[in-house]
Amino acid sequence: MGEAVGEKGFQTKELTVSMGPQHPATHGVLKLVLDLDGETVVKCTPYVGYLHRGVEKLGENRTYFSALPLTDRLDYISSMSNNVGYVNAVETLFGIEAPERAKYIRTICAEMSRISSHIIWVATHALDIGAMTVFLYSFREREWILDLFEMLTGARLTVSYPRIGGVRNDVSQEFLDSLYKFVLEFPGRVDEYETLIDQNRIWLQRTKGIGIISAEEAVNWGLTGATLRGSGVNYDVRKANPYDVYDKVQFDVPLGKAGDVYDRYRCRMEELRQSARIIKQCIEQIPAGPILAPEAHKFVLPPKENVLKSMEALIHHFILITKGPLTAPVGEVYSATEVPKGELGFYIVSDGSGKPYRMRVRAPSFVHASVLPRLSEGHLLADVIANIGTIDIVLGECDR
Amino acid sequence: MEPLQIAEKIKEKFPGEVLGVTEFRGQVSVHLKKEKLLDICRWLHDDPETDMDYLRDLCGVDYLGRKAPRYEVVYHLYSIKEGHMLRLRAQVPEGDTKIDSVVPVWVGANWHERECFDMYGISFNGHPDLRRILMPEDWEGHPLRKNYPVQGFTGEKEWKGYKEVLEKSERLKEFEWEKQ
Repeated sequence: MGEAVGEKGFQTKELTVSMGPQHPATHGVLKLVLDLDGETVVKCTPYVGYLHRGVEKLGENRTYFSALPLTDRLDYISSMSNNVGYVNAVETLFGIEAPERAKYIRTICAEMSRISSHIIWVATHALDIGAMTVFLYSFREREWILDLFEMLTGARLTVSYPRIGGVRNDVSQEFLDSLYKFVLEFPGRVDEYETLIDQNRIWLQRTKGIGIISAEEAVNWGLTGATLRGSGVNYDVRKANPYDVYDKVQFDVPLGKAGDVYDRYRCRMEELRQSARIIKQCIEQIPAGPILAPEAHKFVLPPKENVLKSMEALIHHFILITKGPLTAPVGEVYSATEVPKGELGFYIVSDGSGKPYRMRVRAPSFVHASVLPRLSEGHLLADVIANIGTIDIVLGECDR
Repeated sequence: MEPLQIAEKIKEKFPGEVLGVTEFRGQVSVHLKKEKLLDICRWLHDDPETDMDYLRDLCGVDYLGRKAPRYEVVYHLYSIKEGHMLRLRAQVPEGDTKIDSVVPVWVGANWHERECFDMYGISFNGHPDLRRILMPEDWEGHPLRKNYPVQGFTGEKEWKGYKEVLEKSERLKEFEWEKQ
């Protein structure tokens, strides 16, 4: 604690403020201990772990199939992306490939969840900074997209829809038609949000030149996603190591220049449009065919009516539940996907049994939360709020 | 550059440090002794040919009863410019759970190493702020070790903080409505 004597002989002292864990602007349960000199942040210490549920430990004690719902609870705003990341990792480990139609469906779903996550992000970020109207507008579209999720999977948030080797159920034409209507209309809605804040003087003052991080430093910190691309680094897992059908669709990766809050905002807004563009192409190109790979029966439970009638299906069901897949290779893979927050990686070590020996989740929010002191120290207290918004963290994923 | 070539270059540059190279599904792992790890990382980061500017992930693995050095610290390195990936697996024996911190090379390793310390009890030499991160500060034990029970310890070894909450709720029971 530094003490100093001011100009007029008053003694001044740093003030320690505990922000959170129940502060509305911390997007969950993040606690920041801030040492303040007036309104300037001298030191910022984040405390995480309030939502720690031991997903990695639980994953080691469940079969590959039954660990899937755990991944829903990582980033609960875009659970579909986590599911896709997890099944991709397990498929890489087992060396199987989902059929083309399933890959298209997954890409559609992953982009839908990117839209729903980015909508929440812009709503809460703007709300934190003081632009309330955006929140009301963007939740209109979020309801729409959650209804579409419900139509496809039966659930709005924790979907658990993809399966190792494919997806759970096929998409209906009715769903594709409603989604097509959505993606045609959605870019106009993004324009609407931008009309509200893009040129707003308060918004510009609160975001331009705030939380600047240079390209080199951002890479060194391990930032990913739009948080990294706002600094102008062209790194997107969808382009660098394409999975599913990202190599078959056209899309741009928006890049910022200044690396401040405003550029990251611009990147995410543009990503919303690109996601709509990807979904549109997927709906136009989607081929007919099976939705589960031939090898998928080793992972996916047989249909319930078969279990009740056929002996083989019953045995199969029993083995899958109690032991997991019996054909696991011995090895290790790291598989990354681009989720709305950044790069979500799964590092799975297999010892040949039906359960992963080690299931590591590389969560983008965890890395992004660690950069908060770097962005906030030396700036105003009000900018801390803008910085928490701009790195786009979800504490469920950060604490796992 | 091909990952296997990088592995060869590490072997040339740091003779005796590489214990083996394995490949699975096109991903290359280099098994290393832990002593010169920081030098190897710094070289991989600075050398313009390898240019590993991005530390994708850092985590620990516990091979209790399966392998001779019990722990491993696993580094996933990636070069954004070149687009190649390499996995380093540094051996950490049970009696000496210390390894050099790579924070001087990649700042982003800070929290990953704290998590590894929290979950496995591996300490990192030269880390700026090595504290528990996900578990409470007064937690005992390291949850991701293989000999740690999934449901945690109960009874005597229960976490102090939880016991306090239970005691407090006992004490507060006298204020319940029905008890008048």
